[in-house]
Formats: sequence, C-alpha cells, structure tokens
Amino acid sequence: MTRYFTAEHEWIDVDGSTATVGITDYAQSQLGDIVFVETPASGARVTKGGDAAVVESVKAASDVYAPVSGTVSEGNDALADDPALVNSDPEGEGWFFKLTLDDPSELDGLMDDAAYKAFIAGL
Amino acid sequence: MSDTNEPDEILPDAPLALPLDAWHRARGARMVPFAGYLMPIQYEGIMAEHLWTRDSAGLFDVSHMGQLILSGDGVDAALEVLVPGDIAGLAEGRQRYSLLLADDGGILDDLMIARAPMGLYLVVNGAMKWDDIAHLREHLPDDINISHLEDRALIALQGPKAVDALKRIVPGVDMLSFMEAGSFFWGLEPLWISRSGYTGEDGFEISLPAEHVADFCDRLCAEPEVKPIGLGARDSLRLEAGLPLYGHDLDETTNPVEADLGFALSKRRRAEGGFPGSEVILNAHAQGAVRRRVGLSVAGRMPVREGAEIFSGAEKVGVVTSGGFAPSANAPIAMGYVSAAQAAPGTALEAEVRGKRVAVTVTQLPFIPHRYHRKGAAQ
Repeated sequence: MTRYFTAEHEWIDVDGSTATVGITDYAQSQLGDIVFVETPASGARVTKGGDAAVVESVKAASDVYAPVSGTVSEGNDALADDPALVNSDPEGEGWFFKLTLDDPSELDGLMDDAAYKAFIAGL
Repeated sequence: MSDTNEPDEILPDAPLALPLDAWHRARGARMVPFAGYLMPIQYEGIMAEHLWTRDSAGLFDVSHMGQLILSGDGVDAALEVLVPGDIAGLAEGRQRYSLLLADDGGILDDLMIARAPMGLYLVVNGAMKWDDIAHLREHLPDDINISHLEDRALIALQGPKAVDALKRIVPGVDMLSFMEAGSFFWGLEPLWISRSGYTGEDGFEISLPAEHVADFCDRLCAEPEVKPIGLGARDSLRLEAGLPLYGHDLDETTNPVEADLGFALSKRRRAEGGFPGSEVILNAHAQGAVRRRVGLSVAGRMPVREGAEIFSGAEKVGVVTSGGFAPSANAPIAMGYVSAAQAAPGTALEAEVRGKRVAVTVTQLPFIPHRYHRKGAAQ
C-alpha cells in the first residue's frame, strides 16, 4: 500500500485499483475542532480536483477534493456520529471515503510522504 | 481541501500588530487577519476555550476596537443627534448600548457609551472605527473634542469566575453591577473598567495603557480561573448569547426594530424623536417591523452558516446572518432575519445548505441564558 498527498492536504492510500481518502494531520490541526463531515455516498462519481466531501469546524466549512477520479465505494459512516475522529485520528479512523480509481496514472503528480513533509514545512 | 468561508474582514492593506501580538504568539495562538489587525483566532481550540469561558473565566484581547472620548460643552445633546439613546440621562459610572444611525434608520455601527470623568467614553467596532470617527467628526459640532485613545489597549475578562480573579488584582471591581463602569488602579496604572462584555456571561472590560497590557494579562493569567481565549470562541459565545455582530447581523440596511434592538431606543428619545431615521424607526416600533431578527435551532448536526436562505415551503422568507456550531448547546444554531409572519418562536422553517434543505425552528434568543450581575438581583 502506498500513501500519496495533495497540495490541498488530502491523503490517499492506494492498494491496487482501490484507495482510501482523508485529510492530513496538518489539515485537521489548521481546521481545529471538527463538528460535521459530509462524505459522498456509495456509487457517487468524483473527479480529480473536484468537490468530494465537506468538513466543518466550529468556525468554517471547507471542501475536500478528490485526489484522483473514480467511483466511491464507501463513505465513513462513523464520522456522522463522531466527527471528532478527524481530529483524533485523521490519517486512520478518521478517513473520509474509499473509491475505485479510474486511472492510476493520475497518482503520478501527487506527493509522497517526504515531499509532503517538506511542503508543509514551507507553509 | 480549502476554506469556503474566508474571513471577510480582511482589508487590502497588510494587517497591523496589536499591543499583545507577541504575548498571544508566546501562548501558542494562531493569528489571523481580522478588522485590519492580526488577532488570535484560537489557542488550544475553540471548543475548549468556549466551554472554559462558560465555566470559569476567559481573557479576550479586543484592542482592535476603537476607544474614544467625546468632551466639550453640550456633548450629550450633540451625540443624541446621532444615536437613539438617552445620553443626557446617563449618570456618571453608567454605560449604555447604543447605535450610530443613518438618516434612513439603518445602523452604521453599534457601540457602548459610558459616562467617564473626562467625558463620554465610547467603544466602537474595530472594523468600523475609522468610518465612525469620520462620521462623528463630520456631524458633531466643532467645539466637541473627539479623542481617539490609540495608546490604550482593551481586554475583556468574561465568565462566572471573572469577578473572583479580577478582584484579587483590582480590589473593588466586585462593587460594579452590570453596565456600570469606573476608574481603578493597578499599581500606579489607571484602569477604566466596566462590568460588561459580549459573551452573555458576567465579566469586565478593561481599558489600560498599551505599554502595560502584557504585564497585566500575565498577572491575570496567573490566576487559576483565567485562560486566554481567541476570536473563534468569542464568536460562538456571542452567538449562543443571541448578541448580534455588526457587519453580519447588523448593517446599514437593518434598522433597530427589525434587529430586535428596541431596548436601545430610550423612552425619552422614543417620545421626542430627533435621532437619525427616527420617523422610520418609530413607525416600525409602533407598527411592527416587516422582518425580524430571530434565533434558529437547527435539526441534526450540520451547521447552517451566514448566507443560507430560509424557506417556508417553496417561499423564501429570510436569510441566515450568523450560524455555526454551539459548544454549550452541543448543536448547530443560527440567527437571521425572517418575515414577521414567520418570526414567532416555534415556527418550523427550512434552511438551504449546499442545495439541501435542513429543518430549522424559530427560537427565542438567547440560546444560552444570560448570567449578568444585575444591580439588585438576587446573588
């Protein structure tokens, strides 16, 4: 399994043609207390760079973009009851949705762990 | 991921630093531009800071707000030309919430006015202060002196334990009741303190020389009840308290009656008129406003925020002007304007968020009861 990152602070774990998407620890720390998450329904189509989910902190709503195009296979239902999972375990239990990739080559432009660490260090 | 709700108070010029800038940063604050200044949005987190204030005492930096002294012969009558409050009847040491009004009755800003020994002490919104000063200069007679206290900081200590902490440092502040103010000393430093604030809690607002504010805040935070609190919690606290925020819930297009600020129209002024827009406002006061500012309880967990439209069936009946998650209510809440026919508490309406309808119910404000220290009230 390989993890990639976007400049918009999403992470994506890829395992063959399926992947899991969430927001990074840096992103949750910037947002603060998460009070609501809207995840896409199973079967929804998402487009690389397009809106895929919404995460709301006490102070603001933020869009979460799809790191790659594909078909959603599952949204994380646990976030409906416990949106604070995004704060406590953003890169684990606080995942947003799983999808089937249209085109694995879309991963090519994303950052690996080292590149993302360097990226946020420069923010 | 990206913010869809950027702060709209950002001015084109680079934001300025306030006297407590380094103090906030040393305490781990995240600084954001607000009203032309860099201000702390949060320290440990909005939720924890909000709940701490409701339970204990929170220290807020509100030095971005404008502090003015108006003085000169006839200052009361001169200011009454611009506001609907009874200024002549304001005794020394008393403070009153009031409004700067436009000729059509719209609200130019909301403000606090206190009778201080040197004159009338005004506190106006940070984002509006330059406009307010220009408005006062234009409309007050030349022999009224307007002094902008730019060398003074302003902090607020809010919460049920604020009095316990502050009276150890400034003996005698516990003698003030809600909306009373007076001169105090911290060592040799003069303080002007009012028992007021914008959280719905008991508390104080303290004006002091900017050069001493960091030391004073250190001293306050040495008290076990006190923690510094950011702008984020200030907003959620005032929303729960049903208090309107200028530029969001009030602006030049809202009049005091529809904004549910009829209490700011003093009895004598209602009888006499003679303030800007008095005809329109007194007519609305007598007849009832066409729309009303109301509280909205929101079903489910999804926040309904500023700009969301409000519907009764297919008919659009209003708009949300402030909304978010309420930590003490542990639910999303909002306030906004709805047509008078839909403004009764209990009215079931819907708000539209990202193309979806969410059930909302008109609710009596405040969402969380005020706990002011009123004179004569049972302690």
